[in-house]
Amino acid sequence: MTTDMTPLGSIDMKPRSRVLAVILILALIPALIPALILTAAVPARAIEVQRVISPGGIEAWLVEDHSNPIITLDLVFRGGAALDPAGKEGLANLVSALIDEGAGELDSQAFQGRLAELSISLSFSAGRDTFSGEMMTLTENREVAFELLRLALTEARFDEEPVTRIGSQILAGLARDSQNPRSIVGRTMSKVLFPEHAYGRPVSGTTATVPAITAAEMRRFVAERFARDVMVIGVVGDIAAEELARRLDQTFLGLPAAAAPMEVAETTPVAQGGVVVIERDMPQSIVAFGHAGIARDDPDYYAAYVVNYILGGGGFTSRLYAEVREKRGLAYSVYSYLNPLQSAALVMGGVATQNERVAESLELIRAEWRRMAEAGPSETELRNAKTYLTGSFPLRFTSSARISGMLAGMQLHDLGIDYLERRNGFIEAVTLEDARRVAARLYDPDKLTVVVIGRPDGITATRPAPPLDG
Amino acid sequence: MPRLFRFVPAARRGLAAGLLAALTLAGLASVGPVPAQAQVFDPETFTLDNGLQVVVVTNRRAPIVTHMIWYKAGAADEAAGESGNAHFLEHLMFKGTDKLGPGEFSNIIALNGGRENAFTSYDYTGYYQTVARDRLEIVMQHEADRMTNLRLTDELALPEREVILEERRSRVDNNPGGKLREMIQATLFLNHPYRIPVIGWEHEINALSTETALAFYRRWYAPNNAVLIVGGDITAAELRPLAEKYYGAVPARAVPERKRATEPPQHAPRRLTLKSPQVSQPGISISYLAPSYNSAGNEHAYALQILDEILGGGTTSRLYRTLVVEQAIAASASSGYSATAYDLGTFGFHASPRPGGDIAELEAALRAEIARTLEDGVTEAEVATAQRRLRAGAIFARDSLGTGPNIFGRALTTGRSVADVEAWPERIGAVTAEQVNAAAREVFQDNRSVTGLLLPAPSAPSGE
Repeated sequence: MTTDMTPLGSIDMKPRSRVLAVILILALIPALIPALILTAAVPARAIEVQRVISPGGIEAWLVEDHSNPIITLDLVFRGGAALDPAGKEGLANLVSALIDEGAGELDSQAFQGRLAELSISLSFSAGRDTFSGEMMTLTENREVAFELLRLALTEARFDEEPVTRIGSQILAGLARDSQNPRSIVGRTMSKVLFPEHAYGRPVSGTTATVPAITAAEMRRFVAERFARDVMVIGVVGDIAAEELARRLDQTFLGLPAAAAPMEVAETTPVAQGGVVVIERDMPQSIVAFGHAGIARDDPDYYAAYVVNYILGGGGFTSRLYAEVREKRGLAYSVYSYLNPLQSAALVMGGVATQNERVAESLELIRAEWRRMAEAGPSETELRNAKTYLTGSFPLRFTSSARISGMLAGMQLHDLGIDYLERRNGFIEAVTLEDARRVAARLYDPDKLTVVVIGRPDGITATRPAPPLDG
Repeated sequence: MPRLFRFVPAARRGLAAGLLAALTLAGLASVGPVPAQAQVFDPETFTLDNGLQVVVVTNRRAPIVTHMIWYKAGAADEAAGESGNAHFLEHLMFKGTDKLGPGEFSNIIALNGGRENAFTSYDYTGYYQTVARDRLEIVMQHEADRMTNLRLTDELALPEREVILEERRSRVDNNPGGKLREMIQATLFLNHPYRIPVIGWEHEINALSTETALAFYRRWYAPNNAVLIVGGDITAAELRPLAEKYYGAVPARAVPERKRATEPPQHAPRRLTLKSPQVSQPGISISYLAPSYNSAGNEHAYALQILDEILGGGTTSRLYRTLVVEQAIAASASSGYSATAYDLGTFGFHASPRPGGDIAELEAALRAEIARTLEDGVTEAEVATAQRRLRAGAIFARDSLGTGPNIFGRALTTGRSVADVEAWPERIGAVTAEQVNAAAREVFQDNRSVTGLLLPAPSAPSGE
């Protein structure tokens, strides 16, 4: 039986963007030490990240691990759906679903058949700012796996049958989303925050734009965007650096050296307060809220990260959790998070509560937003947050795929190959003064912009919902 | 979706479909020719004097451990009229003990850089933490404490009941697909408690109390009715002294036998249609009662996993190839079978038409595929391909820290043994086409099925 329940939930409005790449491994502690040493500083050392540069000049970061005969590779190209031309929204997403549906001599079923037969997993996805690929294979099948990856990136066929089929699957998904309350809230929020910017447009496109995308346009996308100068690669597993170097050339040297010029304008979200209500007959309202945040490369980013953990980021221990769920039972899930996009930064949050108690929940959330802005965290809260955030760092190493994703992310965000050793230092360096200053800079309850779907009692819309593209 | 507790081996799209569908060992198999004693996880096990079974799955990737306690009690073990009680108790287990205040265990875990959660299903309830290995003793101490010293008051319990009602609204009441799934389950099982939702019926959740939760706790939570599983950077020799110190101090208690009402013979197919203005993309499912590893008819369980792989495993499966690619009438088509129920399981089909497509035509095509399977059967070649496709899963399963502990937890709380898990590749490898065809004939009987249709309804006046 598969109905599992958990007491700690998070809602999917949170974008599933790749969590920033961070790794560090605590040194092995030889024996189990007695209980209740709460804040012991554990000596840390980084796992060995190797910079592999192929004879042809392709760079990848590698963590060798020969304990299982598995190789994972994560590949990210800078440039995502925000670059889709007007009227062709959904282009990057459609390409991501089609380049493994036939390439080179192999038609769709032949390509998918090779993957299935050898248990090679290959998939691509488009985000707002990036285009990503993931490969996972048994060591014994690596030759074919790298070759299929090469074919997908350089010789995708875009045959009529898969183009029609995958297009219909995307349209089916759009139809589902058109009535899905969480999706409606998310898309409405994007439109509200970015009325004039590419970030306001749907990554998957619309029922009008997806059918308008041609195979020629997808081929052009492949030719212009999959290029070596915008590519980062992370690899984990059962492969030696020398062999990887060789395979990098075989796989990626056929890509053009440089991508076509791309630019997404820097922007600031339009969030000056206000409430949008989408009337919907359902017992529980779903609420999203947010305003401008702090960029990933801002010197205050780590302070903001720590402060947000205290307000609404920490599972069973955040202020929002305590006030909204623990004390009053108003919601199953309530949270906030930083969402630093490449060209705009956000701090966002969400809650879902019965219609009768939306007003009370929002009032509490605004009050906590204000309290954090005005007074910041306490010394104890800051200390506890830092202990958690540094101590939980190694828990990110639970699988090869997670680590290879981190290696790619570290390169994408220019964090440096020694980032793993330095990351906890950035958290530790946040002072109470920093935390208070950044809390005041980050949170502004008067600018908190709210989108509600449901039949919320006692909530008055201050502006109409923007129309969503079908 | 809320964060479902669902461990999928690190495989991504494609492979994940098969691994996910099963929530079990489907997707695990040996590599290469199946050796006589294929090992999947090669765990160590021992049992404490008080009856607590312990499994250690060593994984040296990082100096961290996942510590899990699984109780052999879930929603199907609730008293009549108290649906949702197992899950309610799971939430209340975070409310403190004689030694720790409400939420204090969670704070201690956070202060030690750990992560935690819990989950409730029909057949088991589990609690887990992932921590640096040098913090393991701390979580063991407090998990053992709440095995026997839970302290509850109405003041703590009643707001949590509101949280669960919100959880129900999120998962079911706000969601037409969730409502239909609940109706299908309630219709497929006529008598067995699997017909009742794990989260509970709303009116029965409203009647749950501190007393009902404590009664469930006292009845089922005991070391001799639990399994301790620790995965990660640790061995049994290292774990044993800690297990004896903390869990060994909890006395064994008499725990009743699990007795569930059983299914009578079923004599008619059932058909449900849910129409909602919130549905714009229709869907169909056909669900059959099916044996599990632990139920009558369990000789079919391994063959059914092969069958599931052939019919619905990914983009080269029969259903995807025929309905989605060749006939071009479906946007999606898949199957799903889980063998890990303590009692009967289900074998299901799901499909959704291409936009503008006809659901009746899709249903006819899906039924034609099921009929073709019954008439012509599967081939030895298809079985061999499925076995090969599955066999890589064993290696992928070893990659991730949580996969092994979850597979053992599910197995050991649903009537299976460590040896059963380790023998899985061998047993999958031994399945023949004839056995797959016999399993299909056993399971695909109309009279033991429910067809569910999710359809659009004219928009209510409100709309967006």
